[in-house]
Amino acid sequence: MGGTAEYSSQSGFNPGRDFFYEFKEDNLMNEALEKIKQKILDGEAQLTNSKAVYEFKKSFLDSKTGKIGQLMKEMRNIPPEERAGYGKGVNELKEWANQFFSDIEEKIKEKELQLKYESEKIDVTMPAKTVETGNLHPITQMRNQLIDVFTGMGFEVYEGTEIENDYYNFTALNTPKDHPARDMQDTFYLSPEFLLRTQTSSGQIHVMESKKPPIKIISPGKVFRSDDDATHSPMFTQMEGLVVDENITLCDLQGMLDMFVKKIYGDGTKTRLRPSYFPFTEPSVEVDCSCFECGGKGCKLCKGTGWIEILGAGMVNKKVLENCGIDSEKYSGFAFGIGIERTAMLKYGINNIKLLFESDLRVLKQLDD
Amino acid sequence: MLVPLSWLKEYVDIEITPEELQEKLFSCGFEVEELYEVGKDISKVVVGLVKECEGIPDTHLSLCKVDAGEHGELQICCGADNVKAGGKYPLALVGATVYATAKDHKTVEGVMTIKKGKLRGYESFGMLCSGVELGVSENMFKGAGYNGLLVLPEDSQAGADVKPILGLDDWIFDIAITANRPDCQSILGIAREVAAVLQKELKMPSLDYTETGVKKDGFTVNVDAGDLCPRYIAHYVYDVKIAESPQWMKRRLALVGMDSISNVVDITNYVLKEIGQPMHAFDCNYLEGNAIRVRRAEEGEKIVTLDEQEYTLNANNLVICDGVKPVALAGVMGGLNSEIRDTTDAVMFESAKFARDNIRKTARALGKRSDASARYEKGVDEYSTVMAMKRALHLMEELGCGKVSSTHVEVNTGNSLEPKEMKVSIKKVNGVLGITVPDDEILRIMKSLDFAPSISGDELTLQIPAYREDMESYPDVAEEVIRMYGYDKVVPTFMPSAKVTMGGLNLRQKKELKLKKALCAIGAYECIHYSFFSPSDLDMLKYPEDAKERQAIRIMNPINEELSLMRTTLSASMVNAIARNMKRGNHEGRLFEVGNVFVADELPLKEYPDERETLCVGVFGENEDFFTLKGIAETVAETLCLTFEYEKAEKSFLHPYQTAAIKCENVEVGYLGKLAYDIQNSLGIRASMYIMEIDLKALSQWYDRKTMFTPLPKYPEEKRDLALVMDKNVTCGQVEECINKACKYVNSIKLFDIYEGEQIPEDKKSMAFTIEFTPKEEAFNAESVDGFVNKILKNLKKQMDIDLRS
Repeated sequence: MGGTAEYSSQSGFNPGRDFFYEFKEDNLMNEALEKIKQKILDGEAQLTNSKAVYEFKKSFLDSKTGKIGQLMKEMRNIPPEERAGYGKGVNELKEWANQFFSDIEEKIKEKELQLKYESEKIDVTMPAKTVETGNLHPITQMRNQLIDVFTGMGFEVYEGTEIENDYYNFTALNTPKDHPARDMQDTFYLSPEFLLRTQTSSGQIHVMESKKPPIKIISPGKVFRSDDDATHSPMFTQMEGLVVDENITLCDLQGMLDMFVKKIYGDGTKTRLRPSYFPFTEPSVEVDCSCFECGGKGCKLCKGTGWIEILGAGMVNKKVLENCGIDSEKYSGFAFGIGIERTAMLKYGINNIKLLFESDLRVLKQLDD
Repeated sequence: MLVPLSWLKEYVDIEITPEELQEKLFSCGFEVEELYEVGKDISKVVVGLVKECEGIPDTHLSLCKVDAGEHGELQICCGADNVKAGGKYPLALVGATVYATAKDHKTVEGVMTIKKGKLRGYESFGMLCSGVELGVSENMFKGAGYNGLLVLPEDSQAGADVKPILGLDDWIFDIAITANRPDCQSILGIAREVAAVLQKELKMPSLDYTETGVKKDGFTVNVDAGDLCPRYIAHYVYDVKIAESPQWMKRRLALVGMDSISNVVDITNYVLKEIGQPMHAFDCNYLEGNAIRVRRAEEGEKIVTLDEQEYTLNANNLVICDGVKPVALAGVMGGLNSEIRDTTDAVMFESAKFARDNIRKTARALGKRSDASARYEKGVDEYSTVMAMKRALHLMEELGCGKVSSTHVEVNTGNSLEPKEMKVSIKKVNGVLGITVPDDEILRIMKSLDFAPSISGDELTLQIPAYREDMESYPDVAEEVIRMYGYDKVVPTFMPSAKVTMGGLNLRQKKELKLKKALCAIGAYECIHYSFFSPSDLDMLKYPEDAKERQAIRIMNPINEELSLMRTTLSASMVNAIARNMKRGNHEGRLFEVGNVFVADELPLKEYPDERETLCVGVFGENEDFFTLKGIAETVAETLCLTFEYEKAEKSFLHPYQTAAIKCENVEVGYLGKLAYDIQNSLGIRASMYIMEIDLKALSQWYDRKTMFTPLPKYPEEKRDLALVMDKNVTCGQVEECINKACKYVNSIKLFDIYEGEQIPEDKKSMAFTIEFTPKEEAFNAESVDGFVNKILKNLKKQMDIDLRS
């Protein structure tokens, strides 16, 4: 064998025949098989990639051209009495070679995988490739949160019109023409009859005119007052809530508000009612919630009082119910109005209401809740 | 409203601290917006007795040895001209805080802390003070106005704190009064509430006086406009001696921010603050015709008011006239012609109730407001009108500045000043509250409010004083009960008796939310802009004169012209917002707004206008172009389960060749395009922006379309690529339409390449499409798809002379 025992098929070497020759010459079958085995083992060091393994393996195990394959072919030339021994020896060699190559293949694959990984080494601290997503406006975010809380309690959402007539905005809400409460809200007029609604409370009337109790609605929307300075915007957003049913009391108002502040500001939040005045509710209250920043101990946000004013509310004035054709002897209700900008500004710590309407992307990008 | 604690104490015994009183007021509905000590900035100032005082040579200074009682004897340098041995003056010790004044010694420039000093080589361990330095005016303390040291009374103890002596230890409550309680717009009104909440007795101010037998014969009062003046009271006072008011009255007026003028004028102001009733005093010598007439002004009638301003009036204004001419603008200000002068020796006092709406309108229309008009606008009750006149006459007598005649004329429309009886069910009162307030508590509270209550079974009978015009029904009683009983006694419940309601969003609201979220997902930020805009915005967008966008609803009383029209398009706000962003260094972004545009059938408005919910999208930045915005339009369509079609269009403010109309179901629902360059330039921005507006109200008619599942195709789909050569002006849309019409199995058509150049004729372009065919009834075979392609090519050739590229 020696130098001629190249596994490369290009050498013109015929392994089956040569082996058979050697086998015949020496008649030492086992020794010959051992030699092939040794050739395989000797070749191992050069098997550095899967292609080399494939070629080397083929030179032994290919059923037509491989050395071991040819030994199998030679079977017919073996005298019948020796065939069994011959076949067994070759088969054992074949099995051994299969196992040998499969182990090598495994090893090489592992090594190659390792190399592939190494070649793909990156600096994980390099900048991310992002797909930018936008945000809802902070007012919409706040509004959606409120809507979620109240729709969960069985409220429907009614959106009224921004342009209202005097009757729905004032008169039906127990604010006749010479009423001092009209001064509380500087109104934009579009004609002697039509105006920009100064409060979403006007929605109460439309709902109560079209729907009979039980009524549970919230009415979010833009409202307008002729006020324009650092803390006032001529347009802002309110959310009115209204419940009308039998035996609704002030206790129910506070119970619902407690639920509401817990959901928005956290479980430990409490409410406090104090007397106030709105023409369309009687009694009327201002509602404070325990400061969600300091938990009521007193801080900068609550100006040391432990309480933050969050909304106005009250029992629906019976004149308002009657104006809408609802029997005030049978039904009662409560209403509340939340300033959404104020709630959002408190929550996000925004100090200037005007920022909300300037659409500066540097502002909008920050506020994602 | 400013309420000094010392004045309040005249009517109620208050033994709690100012802070405690603030809490009490807060709990019963009176928010104290500010509570401060009159001398809040002054500290460590004591009575100093000057024992020795020697001039320092060649200066205006004196070197004093001052006895400061427990603080020892101190050496003080003093520059005042009235310092002398034996005098007692306020001494600011080292570490004291007082007001720093400018060189004129009058203008306060801030608060300063006194330090040990050295003047001309002489050490000074403090400072002797003037009134200004302590924030004490002449009206607050006699002599405090002198431009030199404030001289303290002989009996002051050296070393004692000066604050009680000068009244600097008094407190001011700035109280917010709700609109339903005009009766509390006075010191006495607040005192009533304080008495009720502290369960103390209310000590009424003295109202007694003695009428002499003197009469002003033939004097008459006529009220022609009873609707605007339900009560008018005039009383004649003679032997009037105009002089200064006593110190106590000057001081009280000063504490509530009013200057002292003269005894008679001060009495009217004092009564306004004390009782809440504006009063006026006419100099009788200048009233002609021995008569007062209350009437509407004549068109063009003129009056010159006390402050020497002339006003031209009309029939909306109410005037007080003598027998000849207007002498006062009712409820707003007196006339110059009959003002109180030093020489006045006879006065006609007026106490009247005027309709608050009329006063408000007059004050607004003339741009003239006064303490009186402000008070009338809030509402004055006739009970106070009567009481105020008595109080003024009492004060005239008490101050000895005039004699009260027996000429008293009162014209009224018959409103009763007696308490009004009111009966309510206790069950209903408790029904509003949701708790049961014990009967004896209800009785106690009603009594403390002077409602003279009695209970019989479920019936509570009250006598409502005439000044409580807000008390109408049982909910009002419930409010009175709970604000005094305490809101902390309300027990939270959760509508135990209410019926279950479903709640939730309606279809339109759900779709809108879904749309907004989809837009956020593709990188757009929501913005909200004002519902009004500027006429100049319409010019900026070059809308032609007859454009419907110009038919905007005008606000009659806008804040300014920039905010005077209701929006007819959202695009102007969007363009401005993007321009603003670019100027602030934000160079790319996507913005959207969902808001209403307002479409009126008729102007001025006679009925509700159409508020059309509209979507506006604006994109800008290097990576944006017409087609990225069109992609957003497709997202809108897909999100709402609709199909949009696009046609080339024109818009006054958009690029003439990069603008499309958006159609849905053959209805035009919006547009998109690139902002025209001239507008971009006029905004001073360099980069391009793309604007889209879609009428969501129009789309909402299709929101209820049901989403239905289409079974997946049973047979494999087939694709063919076709490169087509056509005239340059043929549009992609036209080709697609033609392909679609040619074969019903076409499922999708995708343009994947455009070529213009050497390989095809000069006036042609090539567009390559991938067409996907979906089998319906049975699987395709090679011939069937070839057949479709042939049909498509035939149609393209016939209709648009389009060839297959060879």
